[in-house]
Order: sequence, then structure tokens, then C-alpha cells
Amino acid sequence: MTATAPILIETPIRDPLNRRPRAASLAKTSLTSPWASLAALVIATLWTLPTLGLLITSFRPQLAIQRSGWWNVFNDPDLTLDNYREILGGDSSLAEYFVNSVVITIPSVVLPILLASIAAYAFAWMKFRGRDTLFVAVFTLQIVPLQVALIPLLKLYVNQLHLSGTYWSVWLSHTIFALPLAIFLLHNFMKQIPIELIDAARVDGAGHVRILFKVLLPLITPALAAFGIFQFLWVWNDLLVSLTFVGGTPEVAPLTVRVAELAGSRGSAWYLLSAGAFLSMVVPLIVFLALQRYFVRGLLAGGLKG
Amino acid sequence: MALRQISGCRWGVLGAVLTLALTLAACSQSDSTQGVDTSDCSDLKQYGDLKGKSISVYYPNVDPEDKAYKASFKRFEACTGAKVKYEGTLELSAQLPVRVRAGTPPDIASIPQPGLLATLVGTGKVKPAPAAVSANVDKFFGKDWRAYGTVNGTLYAAPGGANVKSLVWYSPSVFKAKGYLVPQTYDELVKLSDKIASDDSKAKPWCAGFGSGEATGWVGTDWLEDILLRTAGPEVYDHWVKHEIPFNDPQIATALAKVGDILKNPKYVNGGRGDVKSIATTTFQDAGQGVLDGSCYLHRQASFFAAQWPKGTKVAEDGDVFAFYLPAIDAAKGKPTLGAGDFITAFADRPEVKAFQTYLSTDAYANDKAKATPEGGWVSSNKGLKLENLKSPIDKLSAQILQDPKAVFRFDASDQMPSAVGAGTFWKGMTNWIVGKSDKETLDYIEGSWPK
Amino acid sequence: MSTGAKFGQMFVAIGLFTLVFGSILLLASRAKDRAAERIQAGAFVLPALLFLAVGLIYPAILTVYESFRSADSSSFVGIDNYLTILTQPDLQVVLRNTVIWMVLVPLAATAIGLLYAVLVDRARGEAFAKSLIFLPMAISFVGASIIWKFVYEYKPTGFAQIGLLNEILVTLGFDAQNFFLLPSPWNTLFLVVVMVWIQAGFAMTILSAAIKAIPSDIIEAARLDGATGVKMFRRITLPSIRPAVIVVLTTIGIGTLKVFDIVRTMTGGQFETSVVANEFYNQSFIYNNTGLGAALAVLLFILVIPVVAYNVRQLRKADAR
Repeated sequence: MTATAPILIETPIRDPLNRRPRAASLAKTSLTSPWASLAALVIATLWTLPTLGLLITSFRPQLAIQRSGWWNVFNDPDLTLDNYREILGGDSSLAEYFVNSVVITIPSVVLPILLASIAAYAFAWMKFRGRDTLFVAVFTLQIVPLQVALIPLLKLYVNQLHLSGTYWSVWLSHTIFALPLAIFLLHNFMKQIPIELIDAARVDGAGHVRILFKVLLPLITPALAAFGIFQFLWVWNDLLVSLTFVGGTPEVAPLTVRVAELAGSRGSAWYLLSAGAFLSMVVPLIVFLALQRYFVRGLLAGGLKG
Repeated sequence: MALRQISGCRWGVLGAVLTLALTLAACSQSDSTQGVDTSDCSDLKQYGDLKGKSISVYYPNVDPEDKAYKASFKRFEACTGAKVKYEGTLELSAQLPVRVRAGTPPDIASIPQPGLLATLVGTGKVKPAPAAVSANVDKFFGKDWRAYGTVNGTLYAAPGGANVKSLVWYSPSVFKAKGYLVPQTYDELVKLSDKIASDDSKAKPWCAGFGSGEATGWVGTDWLEDILLRTAGPEVYDHWVKHEIPFNDPQIATALAKVGDILKNPKYVNGGRGDVKSIATTTFQDAGQGVLDGSCYLHRQASFFAAQWPKGTKVAEDGDVFAFYLPAIDAAKGKPTLGAGDFITAFADRPEVKAFQTYLSTDAYANDKAKATPEGGWVSSNKGLKLENLKSPIDKLSAQILQDPKAVFRFDASDQMPSAVGAGTFWKGMTNWIVGKSDKETLDYIEGSWPK
Repeated sequence: MSTGAKFGQMFVAIGLFTLVFGSILLLASRAKDRAAERIQAGAFVLPALLFLAVGLIYPAILTVYESFRSADSSSFVGIDNYLTILTQPDLQVVLRNTVIWMVLVPLAATAIGLLYAVLVDRARGEAFAKSLIFLPMAISFVGASIIWKFVYEYKPTGFAQIGLLNEILVTLGFDAQNFFLLPSPWNTLFLVVVMVWIQAGFAMTILSAAIKAIPSDIIEAARLDGATGVKMFRRITLPSIRPAVIVVLTTIGIGTLKVFDIVRTMTGGQFETSVVANEFYNQSFIYNNTGLGAALAVLLFILVIPVVAYNVRQLRKADAR
């Protein structure tokens, strides 16, 4: 998918006038309109209100949650740390689940990015027979529900690969499930790089590997980070894949398993679930905020100045 | 209400509580034996020395119930030297078949539905119960329970824990204040409902809730099963479960109509939660709370509902809440008791697995487990279970009902039917019924969905 | 396994992978003859293809195969399963709901995400504003279901409300509503809202970045021509970010087809709110009807074809330029 808008680059070949967008001239335009501000505020409020409700609920006692709405906390603050205390002081410390979540998530983010980058490059900038058909096939694989793959993969891990119970089964599985979307997204961003850059590098004698690593990846690093955060979120919040491939024991189970268990055997301890849901949200939130700068500058022309 | 003050935390005390919280969080509980005397090994000598051997068990019980299970295994571990690796999950019904099909089953699993047991036996991966287990089942559980662990004539699993569903929760303190008596017959129950309806204009006699996320509707199936046992009797019930009579048989229709006399009666439901239809979306956990907050007086629900009361609620005959046995309708049909339980199933036949499986089917284990569960919430139909080992009054009540010689026990029907019905159209049908579909439409719908 | 051992395993895994693929790439780059391009393409593409073949293609083919067989896969039943889907009234409602989801979620999420991205573009506090919309993506589906439970919860008018929406209705003088009991398909809309709430963050993120990629000289030129506000949006912004909009619509569309957690946890698929993905899960994993479940999965594959076709056309159009 090529860019329909040419991207402004500051290279001598392309733009001798050096007309780079000056920050000052890009005046803060949009929100100067009061209507725009209002609209944005309304949307932001609507979006945040439900979550705020849950946050407040997690600090309320069980009885209060059952009897009254969370907004009552403003006129009758009946708050407690009981819920958090109960989760944190339980039998298996949350720390172990937390470590498991980290250990499961990081390779499940890194590995697909590795594989998808090189495959996306091939689909974007290499010529070979059947390239387009294969690409469509890969991107169509996004529709395959991962549930249909659970048992065949599990059988493979247990019988052929003897990986049962190790983290490898969950890393490989997450990688597989992430590849179609990863290749699709990265391919699109790679295609937006102007062909002049690629040609220039080729003229300099660079082979495909060099072009990929020295030219492309640095330029789309923001895109890699963007996909990385989505994949991180998805794996961090995943329950089914971990449960199936690695089981639910505290030695290996991620945080999501623990939070789901908080629902209690009959699925109803709302006061505990609220607190648990917030605790497990902390890390994705931190990762998101930390990578914000990549998001914002995003897949931005400015990044091409390199 | 006094309860709020017990669990409340005023702003001014927040600082102290915070400190306390941090201190408490710092000391996490270690595995304790919780009242089980691990030194008495006399009855476990028969299993020999299993030092170094390990047995993996898979239970549908997670924190906090799993603490009691782990504690209950300690004596076996201490006396034989074996190690029991416990894994609990809320997704057992979904995950166990996956594990079995993929070749990584646990050594022993506690299966909560006879239907699931039958399905797994069909895969060929389940080991038949050893002879010792079979003998124990005959000795301690009786033929009703034996039948549920049997598939195609072979006994595969002994019962583990159990629960009683034929209970109605009420508030003894409220009853005392209003001068109501616990009904001993179904007629008395109906009369009591009418009296409450006329006495209290702001509340309703009954509250009910079918809501349960993906399992919405199961409460309705329990109602139908309980009433059917009482109107038509256990034999008809068995025929119904096995589909030897159609689901829309007139006897079922009569039972459903009788359920409708209560659940579809706007004068009776739905205490504090809305009209008849609201039963469909009220969660079962929330429905029962009406007994505590005074919006209703009666809530038909299983013994495991004890865990749903807020902390500090006194669950006892003279306390804030308690339950009474749902009375029989026709005295000639005995004291029908609807309930459920789990079955200890083995996927391996190594000596240590067989030993542990046998131990789990003994009265010794039942008593060990009772002692290891000081908060209550567990009971077994094991006849060797000593009532004094059960700590909570509701468990004692359940055990008494289960061990009553006049009791005719039947396992929850939806747990035995093929899952397309028992975990599918039966649930859906009951939900649609409470929202407005007629008795006939509902029964025809479920009948039509029975797998050929 | 100690914490150290776990982290050790993790680094070993990443290192191993990098090593293996690094070597493959290095070896491939050595090829200098005429087949070099093809060998290199192979080295680049085959690892991913291998993973996909084993992990997704093979199960997908297996699924199609199973869709022609009986519930326990023991006998061949031809197109019986498909006929069941088409004729059972329950499943017809499911199909209709799925289409509603597939049309509404991508359009609404993309529209809101785009609108918001445009509104906060280059404003003060933009990062903070965007993280508010992104927040729902960080919450697991379990968390989302609980959050919305506290929005939709119903108590009859006159009793204390616990759900936010009903509290608002009651305060404004209306009757409290039991949203899931509303006639279908209206109750489905309340579930759709949850998915839109989650996915708008995805749309906003990608589209915001695309907006920032529009070269400023184009914007300047348009402004000099007198275009502002809505005109600017329609003439310049929207056409420039068209590829990104298509990516977003596609990805959200496919994601929506697959999601069943929301329906499952909020209504259990009852009250005529179920979707194909939920039914597939029920049939395959709860009712043990592998054949019908597989047929429903194949139905999902079929439903995605329009999305794929649309994308292929865009690909061809873009390549032709």
C-alpha cells in the first residue's frame, strides 16, 4: 500500500530549499475553536467516566457496592482498602504472577516483531512470484479464531516438540497469533517509505539485509513501537492462551489468571474483581505512557529526517 | 444497619488502616494444616511408602477454597511421603477436555458434572476406579451416588464433595420479629408467601435471580428440577434426565406451571429488584441479598450460597440468615433432595495415583477435609462424615439432609444432560420463559434441541 | 523455577531467536547469483510462513474439514452443518447480530477516533487527552465487562440505582431500564457500545499518527487557498489519510468478527444478543459439537471476505499509481 501523500524529507536530493516544517509556524490550530474544545471534552468525559466508576468502586466496601451507586462516594465517602488488602495478602503473592506475566509478555512482543519485520519487508520491497497472493493470504489469516488452533498446537507441543508446560509453548503461540496483523501493519508502514530512499541505498551497494536494518527499521521504529504496545497489551491481558498452554499453577500462570480467579468460584466477588482489574491495568498503562512519545511522533514524516 | 459499621472505614481512621493493611500484606499466609492432625498415620499405612512420588490434581476450586483442599491433603503427604501438586481453575469444564484431548491430563481431576465425566470416558483416557474405591463407594455413598460415577456399567469415579440445592434461605431474626414459622410442608410455604405479601407492601416474599454471565439461566433449571422431584417423583426425574420421556412430557409441564406459580407471580417476586422479567437479569448472587436488606423474605438457593453473604453475616439458626429444607409437596414421594457434587476421576493408574484416589474415597478423607475447612462451605455425602467435624451450621444442615435415611437424593439434572441442552438450551429456555415465553413454547424448544 | 531462572529463560529465548534468524539472513545475503533475489525473499518470508502454516493454516484447513463432519468428527455429513446454520431460527438471529456488529463497530470507532484525533491534534495536553481515549484498550475484557456492568445495572425506579446510565435516566425523570431485556436488536446496541469504547483508542492512535504525517506544505498551500475547518478536513486531511483509515476499518472489522468475550460475559449470549463467534465457542467447547462449531468458524472466514476483497482492491489501486 503506497502513500497517497508524498512525504516531506529533508535531503539535498529532494528538497534543496530545506523547507522543513517549523514548529512555530505549526501554530496550535485545532483547539483554538471553543466548539472543538467542547466536543473533545465531551468525548473524553464519556470515555473516562465508566473507568472512573470502577476505580472508585474498588475502594468501596462490599456492602456499599451492592447497595448504592459509586457516585455516592462524593457525598458519603465510605472508602476502604479492604479489597486491595485481600488481593495482596492472599495465599500466593501477586509478585510471582506478576513476574510470570512479564516473562510471558516480553518475548511474545519481541519475537513477532522480529519475524514480521523481515517478512513485511519482503512483501513490501522484494519481488518474487506469488508475492501478492501470499500477502493477501497472510493478512486474511487474521480471521482465523485462535481457538481453532489451541488443540492442534497443544498436541504438537506435547507430542512432537515436548514443550508442554514450558514458556516456549506460550511464546510460540502468541507469536503465531500476532503474525498476520503484524505483517499487515508493518508492511503498510514500510510501503510508505519513498522509493527514492531505497534506490539511493541500493545505488550505494546495499543488499536487502542492509536496506532493511540500516534504512527501513530506523525509519519505522515508531511504527514498531506502536505495534509493540498493542501486542504488549494484548498478551498482558490474555487469559485463554496462557491457561491452555502453560496451565494455571502459580509457578507459571500470569496475572490475568489470578484476577479471573478473584471472581470467586461463583464469579461474583465484584469488590475484589474491581481492585484486581485495576492492579493488572497498572503495567500496560505505564508501558503506554512511557512509549507515548513514539505514538505521538508516531509514524510521522518528521521521523524521516533521521 | 449494624453490618455497615462493622465493615466501614472512616476517613479519620484511614491512616491507621493503611499501616495495618501494609503490615498484613507483608505477612502472607503460608500453607497451614488448619486443624488436621498429620501425626496419625495408622489408617494410611496401607498405601505404603510413596516418598518421592508426586500426584497432580486438578480442581475447580481456587482461592480461597483451595486452601482447605491443600490442607486436607497434608496428612496423606506427611504419612506416605508423596507430594500432591494442586492446580485449581475456574475453567475446569472447558480446560480439562482440552488437556485430555491434547494428551496432558492431570493425574486426578475433580469433575463437577456426571455429563462431563461421561464425555471424558468416551475419549478412552479415563482409568476405571480401582476395586478398593468401588468397595468404598458401596460402603460410604450408596447406590444413588454410585450410579453418578458410573458410565456404561463401570465405576470410574467416587464422589468427592457435595452440595444441597433444596434449600430456602431466610432471615431467622426477621422471622422471629414478625412471628413467622419455618414451613414444614409446601402448602405452608405457599401460605407463608401469601401472608408475607399481604403483611408487607413494600417488599415481596420471594427474590430470585437467573443472571450468571455465560451461565445465565441455571437457577431456573434448579427450580424446575426441585419442583419436578416433588410433583412427579424420583423415577420420573430419572426418565426425564435420560430422555426416556420427552422434555415436554405433561408431567414436566405440570412442574413448570408450579414453578410459575411462584416465579411468575407478580405478587411474589422480585423483591427489591423489579418485576418478574427482572429475574432474568438479576444475578443470583445479588438476588439473595434481598433477604438481608429486607426487600424479600425467601430465596431458594443451594448451600454454597453461604459464601455470598457479606463478611460478618451470621449464618446460623439464630443468626442473620439461615436456610430451611424446601418442603416436599407429596409426602408419598419421600424427602426429595436435589444436589450436586464432584467426582474424583483418575487419568493415570500408577500405584501412587491409585493410592491417593482410594484415600479420597474413604471416610477418613471426608473427616480430614471437614477439619481442614474451618470457615465451612464444604460437605460430603460420605456416610462416615462426622457432623461434629463440620464447623458451619449450614454445612451441618446440609450433611444432615444428605444423611437422612428418608432422603431421596438426585443429582442436578442439567449437569447430567448432554451439554447442548444442560449447558445450552435448558439455560436459555428458562431465561426466555421468565421473560415471557409460555410453558409450552419453552418445553417444546428444549425438547427440539435434544441432540439426536 | 526461581525468578532468576525465568528471566534467564526469557533472555535465552530472545537471544536464540535473534541468533537463528540473524544467521539465516546473513547466509541468504551471501547469495550472489541470479537466484539471489529469490533465495533472499525465501529467507525473509519463510520463517514467518512456517509459523503461520503450522499454527494457523493447518488448523484452518482442519476446521474446514471438520465442518463437513459430525459432532464428534467420526462420520462425514456433507453440508448438514451449514444447512443447520441457515435454517435454525436461533442462528438466523445470531447472523443478523453479527452483521450489526460488523457494520457498526468499525464505522463508529473509526469515526470517533478520527474526530477526536483531529480535535486534539497539536493542542496543548494532547498526549494526556489521547491517553484518556486509549485507556479502555489497556483494560482486559474482564475488566471492561465489570466496568460496564456498573453502567448498565438495573434496579427498578424508586430504588437506589447502581448503574450510571439508569441513575442518569432516573434523575432526568425517566423510568429505569433493563437494557438487556430491551427487544433485540436494540439490546445488542448496548453491547456494541462497549466494543466501540474499546476500539476507538486503536483508531485514534493510528489515525492521529497518519494526520501528523501529512506534510505541512500541503496544509499551508490549502490554507493559502482559503480552506479551513471542515473544508480542510474534507479536501486535504481525509484524502491524505485514506490508507490509514482503510487499515483501521479493516483491522477493527476483523477484530470485531472474532470477539465474543463481551457478549459472553455480559449476557451469556442470551436475550438474542449472541454473535457467530460466541456460538462457535459454545458449539466447539461447551456442547462438544465439533462439526457445527467448525461450520460456524468457516462462516467467520466467509464473513471476512468482503473486507479482504475491499483491501485487495485498495492494494491494487495504490500499486497502480
